[in-house]
Amino acid sequence: MSFLFIQLLSGVANAMVLFLIASGLTLIFGVTRIVNFAHGSLYMLAAYLTYSLVSALPLGPAGFYVAVPVAAALVALFGGLVEIVLLRRVYRAPELYQLLLTFALVLVVADAVRFVWGADNKTGPEAPGLAGSVRIAGQLFPTYDLAMIAFGPLVALGLWWLFYRTRWGILIRAATQDREMVAALGVDQRRLFTGVFVLGSFLAGLAGALQVPRTALTTVMDTTVIVEAFVVVVIGGMGSVWGALLASLLIGVLSAFGILILPRISIVLIFIVMAVVLIIRPWGLLGRPDVQSRAASGAAGLEAPRVPLPKAWLAGLLGALVVAPLVLPTFYVWLLVEMLAFALFATSLHLLMGTGGMVSFGHAAYFGLGAYGAALLMKSAGLPMPLAFLAAPVLAAAVSVVFGFFSVRLTSIYFAMLTLAFAQIVFAIVHQWYEVTGGDNGLLGVWPPPWLKSPAHYYYWALGAGAAGIALLKVVGGSPFGLTLRAVRDHARRAEAVGVNIRAHQLVAFVVAGFFAGLAGAVFVYLKGSVFPVYVDAPMSVQPLVMVLLGGVGSFAGPAIGAVVYKLLDSVITRYTEYWQVVLGAILILLVTTFPRGIVGVLGWRKP
Amino acid sequence: MGSRRLASLLTLTLVLIAGLTPGATWAQAPIKLGEINSYSGIGAPFTGPYRAGVEMAVEEINAKGGVLGRKLEVVFRDDKGQPAEAVKHAQELVESEKVALIAGTFLSNVGLAVSDWAKQNKTMFVAAESLTEAITWAKGHDHAVRLRPNTYEQGRMLAEKAGKMKYVKWAVIGPNYEYGKRAWETFRDRLKELKPEVQVVGEQWPTLGKIEPGPMVTAILNQNPDALYVSLFGSDWLAFVREAQKRGLFQKTFVVGILLGEPEYIDPLKLEAPEGMLVTGYPWYDINIPAHKDWVARYIKRSDKTPVLGSLIGYITYLSVAEAIKKAGGTDTDKIVAAFKGLKVETPIGSITFRASDGQSTMGAWVGTTKVDAKRGVGIMVNHEYIPGEKVLPSDEEVKKLRPAN
Repeated sequence: MSFLFIQLLSGVANAMVLFLIASGLTLIFGVTRIVNFAHGSLYMLAAYLTYSLVSALPLGPAGFYVAVPVAAALVALFGGLVEIVLLRRVYRAPELYQLLLTFALVLVVADAVRFVWGADNKTGPEAPGLAGSVRIAGQLFPTYDLAMIAFGPLVALGLWWLFYRTRWGILIRAATQDREMVAALGVDQRRLFTGVFVLGSFLAGLAGALQVPRTALTTVMDTTVIVEAFVVVVIGGMGSVWGALLASLLIGVLSAFGILILPRISIVLIFIVMAVVLIIRPWGLLGRPDVQSRAASGAAGLEAPRVPLPKAWLAGLLGALVVAPLVLPTFYVWLLVEMLAFALFATSLHLLMGTGGMVSFGHAAYFGLGAYGAALLMKSAGLPMPLAFLAAPVLAAAVSVVFGFFSVRLTSIYFAMLTLAFAQIVFAIVHQWYEVTGGDNGLLGVWPPPWLKSPAHYYYWALGAGAAGIALLKVVGGSPFGLTLRAVRDHARRAEAVGVNIRAHQLVAFVVAGFFAGLAGAVFVYLKGSVFPVYVDAPMSVQPLVMVLLGGVGSFAGPAIGAVVYKLLDSVITRYTEYWQVVLGAILILLVTTFPRGIVGVLGWRKP
Repeated sequence: MGSRRLASLLTLTLVLIAGLTPGATWAQAPIKLGEINSYSGIGAPFTGPYRAGVEMAVEEINAKGGVLGRKLEVVFRDDKGQPAEAVKHAQELVESEKVALIAGTFLSNVGLAVSDWAKQNKTMFVAAESLTEAITWAKGHDHAVRLRPNTYEQGRMLAEKAGKMKYVKWAVIGPNYEYGKRAWETFRDRLKELKPEVQVVGEQWPTLGKIEPGPMVTAILNQNPDALYVSLFGSDWLAFVREAQKRGLFQKTFVVGILLGEPEYIDPLKLEAPEGMLVTGYPWYDINIPAHKDWVARYIKRSDKTPVLGSLIGYITYLSVAEAIKKAGGTDTDKIVAAFKGLKVETPIGSITFRASDGQSTMGAWVGTTKVDAKRGVGIMVNHEYIPGEKVLPSDEEVKKLRPAN
């Protein structure tokens, strides 16, 4: 019994840290609608700052108690600066571009931390006075964890006071519910946004600083925490601080007990919880349904100026692609195949994001299923490679019917997070099912047969699949189905009123996108010869997202162009520096702030 | 306006493409070697010292006139911890840089991906650190060899010692990766052979890099084992130690830790390093081989840091590569493959051999007990013993059964 009590306390202590991070994230989203990928970076930055401040301050160990608020304040300042200098420039762009900007920030901060503090793992200082443990119910329990359990509710109380007892807090609550109305009533949005960003960053910084005695400092602690924080925020309901508290407790306690029953479940538990919660409550535990935008569409302005690519250009491009392997050195032929795979992958996502207005954070699931499908059908089921290649996307599409069925019932960020949950469940399965998938050591020897082995031959194979896939997606996007999908995106209610079955259209789009992502996965797996769970993991879902945004979500050619430019940038930069992230991040920031409609937006010279 | 932007975009593209074209070739061409490792991402904390070891080896070899009268030149590539990236680099290194062979890799799955590519493309691959047995056994082939003692060997080394101890009830905690699992299974199987009464009372498999140590420690305490086998490493291990110290786990339970005596994992703990653990590791401060002492002094002089195991692995990997090329008399892949069969290399820790049967080197590991060295402020290994690979590796006949026929 006492053991279960200790386990409960451990779970609650973890929950409190999660709550600190998640409350800031949910605030920022609630008011500004920014999906802040960089929230984890702020957390990491504060942890490292605390580490350095403790040794720099002439206070000895007691410096910890000064370092924590100072680090959190510095991070808050940094967050405010980012909002003013960078984010403000892109508020007018489609909402998604802010996401690309925060992604770029993640890259920059990660490398900055690695540059300043080095790549090695560190153990931080203890909190003096709280470093020991106390005996509870016959077992030792860290004093610091008890302090965290007390501190979490204090922060919650402070936030309650802020929201219900100050004018600023009331404005924030109002903006979370209906920011257009708040703006219409003459509240200065810019100040409100900056204020919220500073507060959110402060909370992230506080979490990072307070985590120092409890965890090791690593240069990857940003990405580790951000996904979990998003899960908590979504389970709780975006914008709801109390929801975040409830969800943190749920996740913290469930994880603590889950490992007792199923030791291997830690990898996927939180995603299963999230999927269940979202299927039952599509807006999270304490969230509210989105206020229907008064403007015709939340995605207004998404449709970028159309670039009338002359037919001759297209023919020229195809011609160039056909002769490419005859003139290019072998490696570039391989690189082109990789670009083709990703161009198709990104274009398939575009059917969801651009045409359908549904942002998926889990598109890698179908890419990965295509790759695993092709590998397993060939290696285990013994199908000849061309058959396995064609069957793989069918497998991806079949799974996307199931996942899509649940996902299209949700909207906006909830849709995105449910797709992520499904992708993580697929990830966990391929990661742990050693007998079939080889687990994290993957499947090897997935090479094309001898007649396709030469670079030129496989290139033409990939070109055939890629070009056909992209052309078919173009046809789908321009068909009556595609146009209806656009209508659904731009105004779901009006579309419904004229008799369109919204969910059916979205589901079909989801399955078509899944199919072509699977095809891209098949192209990729025979290029690399092996497949691993990382093909399904979250970073693989972020890649096509970045490509679509980089190229321009508003045009059909955007994602493919984005894929080519991203891969090219990536290949060049990694060759010259191990600090590739900061260079890539800086370029992305530059591109987003200069061309907020993506690369294709630049090319669109039609006046707005 | 639009067309000017278009022009600048085109220029950017051209610059990028120009950036991709390899540099000019030299008249007296050096021997180029491709090195792929996780210099960023999850492997980053461990690959920096490895790289220092590689550079030191190459500098020393070149200072003595290189190999076959040609200098060695290493082309480094960062796989970011991603197998697909590593394969891309392998293609580029072989096809554009024309490297003689590929070496490196830290993560097991990256090592396997490169190894499989090397097999398909008939390129020599020298795995440096990747620990999975599969590289030399289940997925082994002629074109791959590996330096570091693998998971199986290190698990066996620990089991030989633990089997002589009194502990009966065992628990395990490790990352839910093949490495974590195999590190435990090889240990457990050998332990049960030596001591049939051994029982396993509990298992914990946290997600790599995402451990929540508090609940895990409590769960282990509740299982009440006599001894705990740990295959955690990196940040998971650091976070676990703090919680385990505070919750009194180390006072109650004897701990066996694979790799945990390596400076990579024990140094960051400073004075918090748990004492009395049975570990495999690398006590560089206490190895009485003159060549090694000299090597340590040179390493510290060159990089101003004390060495870790990765430094030594990087150094020996390139010594081995140089020896193989010398023995092959050139950079022809078939000849290098043949040269690695039974290749003997004189290293700072004595001579090692790349076995002809499976390409696994006979480099061993040190097994010892941890203790805190208050003077240096870090954990160290005491009562350690070097166990050469030959002592724990399966025989050539057994290996034949493990490897696919090819």
